[in-house]
Amino acid sequence: MTPQGLLLVGILLSSFVPGVMIFFLKERSHGLRTGLNLLGAVVKLVLVGVLVVNVYQGRSFSLTLEFLPGLPFALGADANSLLFVTLSAFLWLWTTLYAIGYLEDSAHRSRFFGFFSLCVTATIGVALSANLVTFLMFYELLTVSTLPLVIHRGTREAMQGGIRYLAYTLTGGAILLLAVVWIQDLLGPVAFQQRGVLDAVVDSHRTELQLLFLLFMLGIGVKAALVPLHGWLPRAMVAPAPVSALLHAVAVVKAGAFGIVRIVYDVYGVESAARLDVLQPLAILASVTIIYGSIRALFQDELKKRLAFSTVSQVSYIVLGTAILGPVATIGGLVHLIHQGIMKITLFFGAGNYAETLGIHRVSEMNGVGRRMPWTTAAFTIGALGMIGVPPVAGYISKWYLQKGAVLAGEEWVALVLGASSLLNAAYFLPILYRAWFLSPPERWPAEHHFGRWETNWMLLVPPLVTAALVVLAGVLAESPFSPLAWAKLIAAQEYGP
Amino acid sequence: MSHAGSFASMILAPLAAATLAFIFPRLGRWLAFGTAGAVSIAFARLTRLLLDGGVQVHRVGGWGAPLGIDLRADGLAVFMLLITTAIGAAVMLYALRYFNARRSPAEGHQERYFWPLFLLLWSALNALLLSTDIFNLYVTLELLGFSAVLLIALDGRRAALTAALRYLFVSLSASLLYLLGVAIVYTRCATVDLTLLATRAQPGFPLTIAIALMTGGLLVKSALIPGHFWLPPAHANAPAPVSALLSALVVKGSFYIMLRLWFEAFPGLITPAAGNLLGGLGAAAVIWGALNALFQKRLKLLVAYSTVAQLGYLFLLFPLAAGHEGRFTAWSGGLVFLASHACAKAAMFLSAGNVVRARGGRDEIAHLEGMSSLQPISTFAFGLAGLSLIGLPPSGGFAGKWLLLRAGLAAGQGWWVAVILIGSLLAAAYVARVLVHGFTRAPVPGPARPNSPLMEWTALALAILAAGMGFLSVWLTDLLQVGAPAILIPPAGGAP
Repeated sequence: MTPQGLLLVGILLSSFVPGVMIFFLKERSHGLRTGLNLLGAVVKLVLVGVLVVNVYQGRSFSLTLEFLPGLPFALGADANSLLFVTLSAFLWLWTTLYAIGYLEDSAHRSRFFGFFSLCVTATIGVALSANLVTFLMFYELLTVSTLPLVIHRGTREAMQGGIRYLAYTLTGGAILLLAVVWIQDLLGPVAFQQRGVLDAVVDSHRTELQLLFLLFMLGIGVKAALVPLHGWLPRAMVAPAPVSALLHAVAVVKAGAFGIVRIVYDVYGVESAARLDVLQPLAILASVTIIYGSIRALFQDELKKRLAFSTVSQVSYIVLGTAILGPVATIGGLVHLIHQGIMKITLFFGAGNYAETLGIHRVSEMNGVGRRMPWTTAAFTIGALGMIGVPPVAGYISKWYLQKGAVLAGEEWVALVLGASSLLNAAYFLPILYRAWFLSPPERWPAEHHFGRWETNWMLLVPPLVTAALVVLAGVLAESPFSPLAWAKLIAAQEYGP
Repeated sequence: MSHAGSFASMILAPLAAATLAFIFPRLGRWLAFGTAGAVSIAFARLTRLLLDGGVQVHRVGGWGAPLGIDLRADGLAVFMLLITTAIGAAVMLYALRYFNARRSPAEGHQERYFWPLFLLLWSALNALLLSTDIFNLYVTLELLGFSAVLLIALDGRRAALTAALRYLFVSLSASLLYLLGVAIVYTRCATVDLTLLATRAQPGFPLTIAIALMTGGLLVKSALIPGHFWLPPAHANAPAPVSALLSALVVKGSFYIMLRLWFEAFPGLITPAAGNLLGGLGAAAVIWGALNALFQKRLKLLVAYSTVAQLGYLFLLFPLAAGHEGRFTAWSGGLVFLASHACAKAAMFLSAGNVVRARGGRDEIAHLEGMSSLQPISTFAFGLAGLSLIGLPPSGGFAGKWLLLRAGLAAGQGWWVAVILIGSLLAAAYVARVLVHGFTRAPVPGPARPNSPLMEWTALALAILAAGMGFLSVWLTDLLQVGAPAILIPPAGGAP
């Protein structure tokens, strides 16, 4: 195994090994568990940093093992993987810290953190997969390792949410498996490659490839929560807040969106896909999802449910950017992969803090919460403004590129969709902000806890502040060479360049 | 150890140890472990010889077929022996702690008979896998059936005795059908040797009847729908280590004979329609078994019905390995699936055994609350084994299904693809049902009876083996290439 391959394996093992070790820890060995968790997260982040620097300097990374006859298990790091791997590794660190604070003194922590680490391993694996079958493998591992997190609380509601989650995702997985076997039958082993691998067969197998595209979108669309395959996501809200944060920002939903990016750019190739006329339907589906999710969010009083429907809507921005031909829209979609992640995780951290500190679960209970918890609410506000797309916060950048890309591609109707979506976003976020800052707090909170000198446990407070700061920085410094935007531009240049 | 010695030890060592264990019951477990050592060494030697020099044949007494008895180790036989040895060893470790004479005299009594019967079963299975003629196969199959019946009856409860008796009758009738077929074949072809039969068998009514009789008997023994009715009560009521042996190995013995008959002895006499019939029954088993598993109230019955479903997949091999393309892919897919099912199902029965035992014998699925916190390792093993049954990567179940799916598409028989995928989803449903119940909060304070760590870890080891078997699939497929039936590899220059 080459040192390059070892680095990729190391990135996977840095969460897998601590995860497995944690399973066997006694419930009371709090210190050791915390140490392993944070050590794994930091090591992973450092390794990812090394990877990014090396790839930036033009080194390539890959690893191939024999898996099935004629079908290798392959890892690699291309520009797309790096985008997703950096997001995951970075947010994992803060989510881990948050989860440690959040689950203090609750039961089954070893089990929780064990699966938590496996979940991240699977996400990183999805990012680093270099061919379809490896992608499928980690994609399914992600499904399975997330289930115990969703049903962690062991209540009846959690069980039902878990069963629904599993029913949706495994059915999607089976359809994806069919698509992968089928395309392999057509082309041989499919390794991800910029501009796709279909050039030779686009015209001879038109109908078959269209059908396959449908199967891929059905299979992956479940995780990406495309309407009408989104039914599991709002129910999965019964999971503890750090899990929701992870699910929405990094792991499951994002893996789905990333999968669609992979299929369109690195299996089909965006130009071949356009020639097959499959992009337009995808764009329409994404638009429907964007509007539908926003409208449903409008009517949710439960804060986490409102955020969940908002995710349904926002993740489809990524799909929309992917489905519009042209580099500018591509940039908008890809950069939103990062932006949506950091904004949504901030919002979920905030929601978790309200629930844990004050017992607030509903929007209608949030009157005056900004006075009791100004820091958390400030972070939450930044996230919400980003979602609406207020300049100069991160979300504005995504929307601007999407708008411009759509107009350049001659799809003006998309601009209308985005405009409507922004209005709807404002309609469901601004009332929350108004309540939080301008209405007076109640006599007593539903269930208040005090945590010393800060408004809440410091481990719950630091992560949202960090991610909120990042939301601002990603917007303000968008034109700097290290921003997500710069990276998205690089990928788009490779996809469309000469 | 010489070549002849390896063959002899595979069969005679467990047989001799079984006899000794009957006479000196106190030595049972020591004899078993000694045998395991001897068999492992012989097996390792045999594998070495096979990998270096191809198919190994041993003519007992130097006579040679058709006068004498031949034993033969080709890739398939060694593949099956490998599974047998691995699972046999794991079950032995488990049984070491499962029967505890100090705790109850009944268990002491069970252990007294467990070891000799286990050794007998092992000897019969090894002999079956190395046999090269259809009469020897009959004898070994009969021995295998008898030892299995007695092992089920060990439990001693009424339900177990009823199931054992029913299994005995079914097994005997099925063997008689098979024997009748052997008799007809012998009168027509004047030989019972598998290789000679391939050259001498001529199409015709008598041989068709003979093959139908033999196949019918074997199908009942392999519990293919509609001959599956005896399996769930038998496998669910036996003691846990016995259930594991039955589901993982015994049912595969008769399936193995099917493969030898269809692909080695009579490949020229098999019509596509017959293959499709078996595949159709297999597909029915996949769906029907899984649906039944889904609605069982008791854990061990669920696992047993899952065996009915999973065995169904094996029979998809018959139409697919006779297709115009992708024959060997289908063959290796079916067999990798078999291997992974053996490990996964043994792991599942062992872990279910742990859970049930800790609850004082109660195994209602609705009362599994707290399983994940009280028996974490067993729950984990159950879940991992479940992944392989569902066929999620990188398990052996995935590798097997992948190869079968590839073969299905290559042969243009897309309908099996649908069966495989639907079966996977149903498997996911019944596995999830157990785990979701196991994750609900525990109202009970603690286990009635803690399990020995050895029992938990054996189950987990088998589950890990099943869940990671995908990475071994290339090696396993290469092994199966050695001496694979000629019909599987189409001659160069086009499909036959």
